[in-house]
Amino acid sequence: MSTERPVISCKNVWKLFGANPERYLAKMSSDMSFDDMREDGYIAGVKDVSLDVFKGEMLVIMGLSGSGKSTLVRCFSRLHEITGGTIEVDGQDIMSLAEKDLIDLRRSKMGMVFQSFGLLPHRSVLDNVAFPLEMRGQDKHTRRARALEVIKLVGLEGREDYFPRELSGGQQQRVGIARSLAIEPDIWFLDEPFSALDPLIRREMQDEFLRLQQLLNKTIVFITHDFDEALRLADRIAIMKDGAVEQCDTPDQIVLHPATEYVRKFTEDIDKARVVHAGVLAKPDQTGKGDPVDAGMTVHKLARILVNDKRDFIPVSRDGVSIGAMSRADALDILLGAE
Amino acid sequence: MVAIPAVTRDPMTRNRTAVWLLGVAVVMTVLQYSGVLPAWLHRIPDAMIPPFAIWLDAFFNFVKDDLGLLKFTRFLTAGLENVLDTSGNIFYGKRRWPNLGPIPWTAIAAVAAVIGYYLGGWRLALLAGGTFVWTALIGQWKIAMETMSVVVVAAPLAFVIGLSLGIAAWKYTWVDKAMKPVLSVLQTLPFFTYLLPAVIFFKVGPTAGAVATTIYAIPPMILMTTLGLQKVSPEVVEAGKMSGCSKFQMLRHVYIPSARTEILVGVNQVIMLCLAMVVLTAFIGMPGLGAKLLAMMGSFKLGRSFEIGVTIVLLAVTLDRMSKAWVVKQPEHFEKGTSWVNRHKTLVLAVAVFIGFILLAQVLPIASEIGRGQDFSKGKELDNLIKGFLAIDLVQSITYGIRYFLNVWILNPFRDFMLSIPIPAMIMVVVAFSVWLGGKREGVIAAIFFGLVALSGWWDRSMITLYSVLAAVSIAMLIGIPIGILAARSDRWSRRVLLACDTAQTFPSFIYLIPAIMLFGITATAVVGSILIFAMVPLTRYTIEGLRTVPPEMTEAADMAGATRMQKLVNVELPLALPTMAVGFNQAIMFAFFMVIIAAFIGTQDLGQELQRTLAGTDLGKNFVLGICVSLMALTFDLVIMKWAADKKKALGLP
Repeated sequence: MSTERPVISCKNVWKLFGANPERYLAKMSSDMSFDDMREDGYIAGVKDVSLDVFKGEMLVIMGLSGSGKSTLVRCFSRLHEITGGTIEVDGQDIMSLAEKDLIDLRRSKMGMVFQSFGLLPHRSVLDNVAFPLEMRGQDKHTRRARALEVIKLVGLEGREDYFPRELSGGQQQRVGIARSLAIEPDIWFLDEPFSALDPLIRREMQDEFLRLQQLLNKTIVFITHDFDEALRLADRIAIMKDGAVEQCDTPDQIVLHPATEYVRKFTEDIDKARVVHAGVLAKPDQTGKGDPVDAGMTVHKLARILVNDKRDFIPVSRDGVSIGAMSRADALDILLGAE
Repeated sequence: MVAIPAVTRDPMTRNRTAVWLLGVAVVMTVLQYSGVLPAWLHRIPDAMIPPFAIWLDAFFNFVKDDLGLLKFTRFLTAGLENVLDTSGNIFYGKRRWPNLGPIPWTAIAAVAAVIGYYLGGWRLALLAGGTFVWTALIGQWKIAMETMSVVVVAAPLAFVIGLSLGIAAWKYTWVDKAMKPVLSVLQTLPFFTYLLPAVIFFKVGPTAGAVATTIYAIPPMILMTTLGLQKVSPEVVEAGKMSGCSKFQMLRHVYIPSARTEILVGVNQVIMLCLAMVVLTAFIGMPGLGAKLLAMMGSFKLGRSFEIGVTIVLLAVTLDRMSKAWVVKQPEHFEKGTSWVNRHKTLVLAVAVFIGFILLAQVLPIASEIGRGQDFSKGKELDNLIKGFLAIDLVQSITYGIRYFLNVWILNPFRDFMLSIPIPAMIMVVVAFSVWLGGKREGVIAAIFFGLVALSGWWDRSMITLYSVLAAVSIAMLIGIPIGILAARSDRWSRRVLLACDTAQTFPSFIYLIPAIMLFGITATAVVGSILIFAMVPLTRYTIEGLRTVPPEMTEAADMAGATRMQKLVNVELPLALPTMAVGFNQAIMFAFFMVIIAAFIGTQDLGQELQRTLAGTDLGKNFVLGICVSLMALTFDLVIMKWAADKKKALGLP
């Protein structure tokens, strides 16, 4: 993991909904459960969460509806005021920002994509995309040029003058993505961006999204309730339940070593071979013989080698440098789904 | 599992309370009839009635003179007068700045047609253009423009004020809380109560008319604005925030455009209420269509009344259809490379026809103004025709028969009975009704409201008002609900009748007097008749809506259970439609309270008559007391029926 300063760093963040959340949090005992609080008339949207998001990383927050994932991401951008704890963005405590500075922060550093798109119905595609630029007072000419640029980037060229109502769901979300990218944000929040789309379009948009990310390399917080989507996209996954983070780790580690029973249930039906990479299985104290395999290959992709090869330990290398060797038996266990 | 909420108040005890109260009321009434009830229990002695009117007068005088409100409003009057003079000059050539008008009628009709075409295609173009052509040809151009010149000032004013107050109510809870009760009183206050303060504070004539009209049209704009702003999707709001909107930018670029539909529905209501009210301001000397209609009806010139009625109805339907078409009109993109002229086709066309007809009017006087003797008014002939029709023996015997039957056998006995009931007994009956339908809270409110009416000293007149309302609504139910039930049986008829109801609801209420007077002359039956037609519309409409929205799986279940058509209607459809029908019933009562006051024009002995009399003087205190009496009675019904409908809907699990 990176040693540099995180882009977003939150410590012991609480977000309670209820009559007087501050006072309740202050006098609350530390071992209250989600249901205990609910009995007192409070809902823990976010419950004692500490997380860091690093530069260029894609953190996926995964959870079922009501798990607090959307609330958490709204705390990062201070769309919600948090009840307790601290959130720092680029080393700055966002809770201490004055309204004007907060607006500046959003105008210069943050972009967000919404589940049901959140497009302004009375504005054309071009005007929707240019909206954040207009808000920060850019002149008409430059904002038009920039908007056209991002519209082209998301593949909506030629539809600048359409109104949201005249577009399909997938196209509308492309507008949402273009709008969030218009100001060239450093941090990109995506709140279940593909959940409202049908499965085929969703797949296509995920590919499109991965392409964009390769191009732009932003710091991303991505929210989903779809575990497959999380595995497909994430550098790291944070799994939430009842407002708390159950486990936050790489996809490999989550499927190999689920931290709680709740997380294990999610991983049960997953084909681990498609998730786990050779690099994770490589033990640094082992050295195998013969040709190495690449650390970035999934077990699934190595299936033929694993079955045909006779070696007990297969060397693994990353960027041509050996990082150890993996046990063929371990890898085969994963491939065959043995517990 | 969702826990089923326990029934907190046992309906049995509610019923028992109601029966108990009713019992006491009956006993008291019987005692009254047998002559043993002391007089002070029958009617409150005059000495005990607090002089509300005098107190209110003192208060108004204090505000008016000592606080200098009159100076302030007279200052506003001057400004408003200038605006009205300007619009008056443009529309009908009043000799004031800018001395340009009047605009030739052909130009206005053509522009209306172009706007109609833009909003709703050929049919709307025809309707809009046709309305103005009719108005000109029938020789009512000037009076119609007198009316329109006030509407074009009052409607935008009501829109701006309503929008601002709506935004304030949405933004600050305390404003909302403070405004809610005022709004519900304003919406039930008889319009005569708007008129007198307007006259006193803003001078007689167009200025007072415009002020009364504006105030009258504000409440729905406030409600629609607040509703629209509350309905803006949270994601759109968050998208705005994440785009870095400041507070003002949020309102200007996110909230208001997203609430477009509701705000435009508000605009539609503002326009319609303005038109309805501006016609009524004839009572305080506003010239225009209303004044002419009032004069014609007063002198029993039915032909001309009918023609003016048609003009008013056409104007109302045109304005309603155009503003509704605007609500559903969504922005659409142009293909690339569309020229400026094509993008702004409507504007170019409107300007072109406008200038074209103005030029034409210079050389062709008839295109500018239709002079006396050039119009196609058939007032006299129509008058003879209608009167001739009414003089036919058969028709006469029918109308006379209805009149006689209603008056002698139903209306008068009913009225006399209501007047004979002792005050406490009557209050108890109302409270029993409120407790039975609404609950304890509604019962208490009803007791307070009707108690205040009793203390106002206008009990007998209030009871006559109430009697007219109840009599008319009962008859309206007997006719309106069966029509609704029959129409609801087929899609085609539902649509037709609903369209007719929709259209009828856009007519200014004044119009309903015309057929009533035509058929029954200037009699008490005509009063009930006009209320009856007016109140029937919501009853029929909501009956159809209630029946049509019964979930299909329920009627299918009834079919599969082997129910006959009648069994299905009685056991499944009507019970499920009842909450919706109650809303219609409530509206019918509100409409009736409104209409009964207008009917004072025909000659009644109720609150409306007294109210109309106050208009002649400066009796602000009395005017207010009378207005509040009407409002309190109407509010009691509103509260109880709406509570019952809401409870019932919840119990049935309907949305």
